[in-house]
Amino acid sequence: MTAAPPDLPQPDEDWCRLHPLTPIARVGRLVPALVLLFLVSTVHSKAENGTAETDYLIAFTLISAVYGYIHWMVTRWRFEGDTLRIETGLIRKDSRRLPLARIQAVDIVRPFLARLLGVSELRIRLAGSGGTDGKLAYLSEHQAAELRLVLLAGHIDTEAATSSNTGLPIATVDTGRLLASVFLSLVTIVIIGTVAALALLDQFEPKTAAAAAGILAVYLLSAAGIIWRRLSGQYAFIAVEAPEGVRIRRGLLQTISETVPYARIQAVRQVEPLLWRPFGWCRLEVDVAGATARNQRGEGTSVVRKALLPVGSQQDSWHLLARLLGAPDPARTAPPGRARLKAPLSFHFLSAGHDSTHAVCVTGRINRATTWVPLEKTQSIRRVQGPLQRPLGLATVHVDVAGKRARAEFRDREVEEADQLVAELTALSRSARQRDRRVPPTPDGGAAPSGWYPDPAGRHEHRYWHEGRWTEHVANGGRRSADAPTPTTAP
Amino acid sequence: MASFLVAEARNRATIATLGRALPFNVIAVTTEDDQLWLRPSPGLWRMRRAEVATISVLLAALCGLILGSAGGPVPGTVASLVLLALGGLEAWFLRRRFRAWRYQERHEDLIVARGVMVQRLSVVPYGRMQFVEVTAGPVERLFQLSTVKLHTAAAASDARIPGLERTEAARLRDRLTELGESMAAGM
Repeated sequence: MTAAPPDLPQPDEDWCRLHPLTPIARVGRLVPALVLLFLVSTVHSKAENGTAETDYLIAFTLISAVYGYIHWMVTRWRFEGDTLRIETGLIRKDSRRLPLARIQAVDIVRPFLARLLGVSELRIRLAGSGGTDGKLAYLSEHQAAELRLVLLAGHIDTEAATSSNTGLPIATVDTGRLLASVFLSLVTIVIIGTVAALALLDQFEPKTAAAAAGILAVYLLSAAGIIWRRLSGQYAFIAVEAPEGVRIRRGLLQTISETVPYARIQAVRQVEPLLWRPFGWCRLEVDVAGATARNQRGEGTSVVRKALLPVGSQQDSWHLLARLLGAPDPARTAPPGRARLKAPLSFHFLSAGHDSTHAVCVTGRINRATTWVPLEKTQSIRRVQGPLQRPLGLATVHVDVAGKRARAEFRDREVEEADQLVAELTALSRSARQRDRRVPPTPDGGAAPSGWYPDPAGRHEHRYWHEGRWTEHVANGGRRSADAPTPTTAP
Repeated sequence: MASFLVAEARNRATIATLGRALPFNVIAVTTEDDQLWLRPSPGLWRMRRAEVATISVLLAALCGLILGSAGGPVPGTVASLVLLALGGLEAWFLRRRFRAWRYQERHEDLIVARGVMVQRLSVVPYGRMQFVEVTAGPVERLFQLSTVKLHTAAAASDARIPGLERTEAARLRDRLTELGESMAAGM
């Protein structure tokens, strides 16, 4: 409104292409399906005469190869100021701009074939509305690693970023322990039990056993698939400390490298399954805010649950937790003894507590689950009293954070304590939130320096912020126009 | 707050003063800033009553006719009477549930209390609000009512206030939007 805003940075770099081996790597994803189709068709064509199906297969492969090549031809990317722009599509053009300031996480995924070819896929997750995630498949390994550093540099000091590839490993999982932990899981036990029962049945009634095996084969196969996914997904797990968060590398055939940014952690959960407890093992999961394309209503921020440590000792877990949340250790207290009447199966684990920055709770019937929640991430606080709790004088207090499942629950506390908890937690999370508040602040704050920021109303890419207020200057893809700032009213 | 009370006194017929007839002890958590506890419009109760009456009378008539034609007048009459009694019971439940709805706009957060069997109280900071939704279904429109819902990033937050008169719903929406913007906090 007052000062003329400076020009947006001009596009200063040329378009870059993906790695030339991209079409091969893309077609490679179809290989297992093609092999399966081929097997089915050869078995099938033995009965009838005909090589027509094989011809179809060859034609299909050729078409996908040509498509892959065209896709590679029309895909390009470059930096435009502080946005990454990716263009793709021959018939239906798709051009997306990823503002660096809104990048939540950058993952590097390397499927098996891509590993053989020495290329990687880069997945970029943004904050905010769904459907805005970016993907660059495939880049050379070196380029992918470099680009990730550049993309994440917005969060951190660039100098720190350059050294971030050589972080210290915080936690690793050796193969023996991973195998043992997968073996000591419910799925494995169910499989072994079923197979044993079938073998036993085979001794007496071979016909029934064969029929039962035929029926159960599908379930057994899918269970084996689950075990395989666990093993291959978490193989060679290593967590490394990086300036922006904890970086995780894992995978047997397909390696995944992902980052859990400290600032986006909503909750951390430590689960101790019954069968692991004799060994003192546990696993750590973390809920991280991000956006996914499959967000139900296409709005809001969704939360992804990630395995932070597939299996580890209590020390490993505590070590990681200390890095993530700064060693939160609020004193925990158990609910009053009469809560056993309301929760007979989980009373033995129930306890909860909080300090000025974190809330922690322990729940679970068979598996013990401990959840830590940073109070500055609190979305709402709820006090719930059910018909069973009222005669006992108990109430439950929930501390909700973003996501569907993440919350800390102070289960079955005394009513007076619950009331006090609601008041205390509300006040504590308010002050924690005020500490957490960042630039650019809203029109009251006025602390942010003048400049271009993402449009708070979301209609444009950027809006100019000047002397404590939003101006009518907006910009889209480097082109400026004017649009009066309006409050972000709801639909 | 006070100036508003004068300006729109008509919508304030349903004001519940602090602590009076509250379903459970919410005073303990709300001592720091004494705001008014507000309740949904009596129109909500009229709407619920009309819904229950329509449905139970229709069901009673239908069952009475079917059973009456199949098994004689006695089972038909009994079935109708039982269904009507069930409708009355439901109305009683709904009445209690209607009376349990409360909300309070504090300086930094909105408190919504509801429920008879399961009593719930939600404290939602304005800064966590993602957007406010005002909906009015066909029946609600007939009674000139709207539902205001506050959405946060947590699925469980559940701050919903049904049965608000349109002016009150619009006022609440504007106020919540304004407060949400001035206090917005990052994820």
